[in-house]
Amino acid sequence: MLKRTPLYEAHRLLGARMVDFAGWEMPVQYSGPLPEHLAVRRAAGLFDVSHMGEVEIQGPRAVDFLQFITTNDVSVLKDNQAQYSILTNESGGVIDDLLIYRINAEYFLLVVNAGTTDGDFAWIRKHAASFGVQAHDTSAAYALLALQGPASEGVLQDLTDHMLDKIPYYWSQQVEVDGVKCRVSRTGYTGEDGFEILCPADDARHLWNRLLVTGQEAGLLPCGLAARNTLRLEAGFRLWGHDMDETTTPLEAGLGWVVKLGKGDFIGRDFLARQKEKGLTRKLVGFEVDDRAPARDGYPVMVNGAVVGKVASGSPAPYLKKNIGFVYLPIEHAAVGSQFQIVVREREMPAHVVQTPFYKRG
Amino acid sequence: MPNTPEDLSYTKDHEWVRVKGDLATVGITDYAQKQLGDVVYVELPKVGDHFEATEPFGSVESVKAVSEVYMPITGNVVEVNEMLNDSPEQVNEDPHGDGWMVVVKMDNPAQIDGLLSAAEYEDYIKEEAAE
Repeated sequence: MLKRTPLYEAHRLLGARMVDFAGWEMPVQYSGPLPEHLAVRRAAGLFDVSHMGEVEIQGPRAVDFLQFITTNDVSVLKDNQAQYSILTNESGGVIDDLLIYRINAEYFLLVVNAGTTDGDFAWIRKHAASFGVQAHDTSAAYALLALQGPASEGVLQDLTDHMLDKIPYYWSQQVEVDGVKCRVSRTGYTGEDGFEILCPADDARHLWNRLLVTGQEAGLLPCGLAARNTLRLEAGFRLWGHDMDETTTPLEAGLGWVVKLGKGDFIGRDFLARQKEKGLTRKLVGFEVDDRAPARDGYPVMVNGAVVGKVASGSPAPYLKKNIGFVYLPIEHAAVGSQFQIVVREREMPAHVVQTPFYKRG
Repeated sequence: MPNTPEDLSYTKDHEWVRVKGDLATVGITDYAQKQLGDVVYVELPKVGDHFEATEPFGSVESVKAVSEVYMPITGNVVEVNEMLNDSPEQVNEDPHGDGWMVVVKMDNPAQIDGLLSAAEYEDYIKEEAAE
């Protein structure tokens, strides 16, 4: 039996096409990936991302604990600030990527991927005891909406007295949205300005409908997982399970900027420090296909006539109108401009390494 | 309701065929393009390629997915719609017209009799939609 978010009925009423995603019955599209993607780049889109997990960490040593299990430096966070980080295992592998919200010095909220929530929680609980902190999986209590796109602030401002322009990128606030107490953060996974709105599960339907109606004039569309994937890919965001997992390190995945080796000990630190010292042997890079045919996840990748791996994430990029993706390449072939081939239906298509993000908002 | 012109023959894989003498023009149906969504790429065979009936001869890609296209009748490709290279959206906008994919010189024009009529195809997609 697939799990459903509090918005399942709302998606059905909107005529969404539903799919199994990480054990959840989720909307993959409403009007279509192309119009939804473009709505987020030009106006706004509303996503149900309630399948993502929430874990609350509480206790006097909450900071010490998070410093130990994640790669980024939690000690720099102030109340209401958020941070992108990684859970790593002893061999530096990526258990998950996550957002850490500091509520106060002894209270943090972690937002993790849907498919990894159970595993993350078990891992967190295993290590929580020795720090005397409490960990609670509160995923079922919340719904999470992502309102993304240049028109987002205007749309949300119509439903609250809180001055949203006072919330900077990667900060959050307690905000009452149309009478519902929410935690609103200026964060997202699309490369556009926008907000993620964490609200009680029971209020999700009300907020969802109000946002759709309020945003209609601005061109807001409900958006599914297909658009979410192409938007994040254009913006150069990695997706766990495709672009990284337990067998790849954050350094290899190009996430060295959230690995703070100097902050003190953490799980996987020694391995990552050694890897950095020795140098990487492979690296995740962005690519563009020099052909009209899109490259998709799993297509074989060749360098000098030999298969060296497969496409991690690949898709047509609806806004850029190019075929793009991520791939792990041997370090000697990973420089920007390096040429390689992707096998599409027994045909070798030329591709080359490019700088990421592919798309950056103006 | 999808459009299913009377003068075409259809397959259960959602291709259509328009016959003129021993030449058959082939494309995908209005129903198929609606299921696929916005087409961003069409891969077509080369002129001179020979295909058996039911063999895949190309593919149509939306943002999300790749779908193969199957040859309704056995024959040699004599023309491909080069316009789809730059304007794959023609498959959505005019599936039975400018969105055509290939013209095939049929080995055995009698094979057409084995395809579905417009009425039969309409019944078939109603059944498929009900599943």
